[in-house]
Amino acid sequence: MQPCRLAATDLACRRGDRVLFRGVSFALDPGAALHLSGPNGVGKSSLIRILAGLLRPFAGSVAHEGEMALADERLALDGGLALGKALDFWARFDGSEAADRAIAALGLRDLFDVPVRYLSTGQRKRAVLARTMASGAPVWLLDEPLNGLDTASGAAVEALVAGHCAAGGIALIASHQAFALKGLARLELAQFVPKFVPELA
Amino acid sequence: MSRLALLLRRDLRHLLRGGHGRGGATLPLLFFLSVAMLFPFAVGPDAKLLARTGAGVIWVAALLAAILPLDRLVEPDIESGFFDQWALRGMAEEAVLSVRILAHWLSFGPPLMLAALPAAALLGLDAAQLRAVQLGLLAGTPGLAAIGVTIAALTAGLRGGAALGGLLTIPLAVPLLIFGAGSLQPGGEGGLALLAAASLAALAIAPFAGGAAVRALRE
Repeated sequence: MQPCRLAATDLACRRGDRVLFRGVSFALDPGAALHLSGPNGVGKSSLIRILAGLLRPFAGSVAHEGEMALADERLALDGGLALGKALDFWARFDGSEAADRAIAALGLRDLFDVPVRYLSTGQRKRAVLARTMASGAPVWLLDEPLNGLDTASGAAVEALVAGHCAAGGIALIASHQAFALKGLARLELAQFVPKFVPELA
Repeated sequence: MSRLALLLRRDLRHLLRGGHGRGGATLPLLFFLSVAMLFPFAVGPDAKLLARTGAGVIWVAALLAAILPLDRLVEPDIESGFFDQWALRGMAEEAVLSVRILAHWLSFGPPLMLAALPAAALLGLDAAQLRAVQLGLLAGTPGLAAIGVTIAALTAGLRGGAALGGLLTIPLAVPLLIFGAGSLQPGGEGGLALLAAASLAALAIAPFAGGAAVRALRE
């Protein structure tokens, strides 16, 4: 696994005229996993998008080393294609060899001929996770990875993340659910919500 | 295969066959031919009148046909997160959109030039006029493709963006239409040169304007 690092310094996020959180700092070294928890709307997804470089932080900065892979609620797979072909587009794009393990562990082999738009909620989630984990990127940003998954698939995801971290990768999991992983650090985002929100005139 | 070639192949598959559950490249083509066919019915079988106005009609039909696929040029890929994934992989929006302009042109430019042959017969154009129309389409359709992708990126995410996109494209395409129709007049080489220049200007600006629009949508 290539060297990787992910560090946030004093991050703040503003959506509209509300500051969602401020003062968020952490640093993740190879093999580290962080559980980003908090109630709905606290800004977990926004923080993930800031870390991914897709959203500008209101304050603070992000430093990262190594490529990042993002799994959020957006599929980024062509609905009209069979799942196998849709995943193949990203496998070729990333030129990665890691695809097979994640696909097999998530039980997607049997769905390879099914057009993506016919997949169920849980199957879609598994497809997104397979696309992310197959990318070969050392830093995984997973937004609600267990949403809609059955118990067996959830356990498979937890095992894949554990394997990734054991191999020296970094995983950041944003979820309001529990995530079973040894040595998983926890960051409660609710404690970074500003207590007093002044009216913006 | 390089990343850009992969993108081009995917774009062409979508635009030619009609991915995202929408019509493919045949729809704009049939639309173009129907306009060319309806015009003689509407103005009557006056061969002289048709020969004088026919080439202009081909240009208007080409412009309208280029507007048809606007709503599936950029929006579906933003909606489903493709642009985010490309950004994460260090792929500039400008590069993605440049490939998309090429794919969009390939999916309607050459087919339109082919369809202009039967359209010219329907409108009674002679060989010299047909040659001028074909040269004009060759110079002008890349510009139409560039304007189309820019507008598609600017109107992505708006409610009713497809209708608005069509309306916004028309004024931007007016220079192409004027120079395109101008190149049909006797001694219209100047018009053809200006048409090519306008087309190149649109091609040069489009990826940057579109890229800024896609990034702005993330905020």
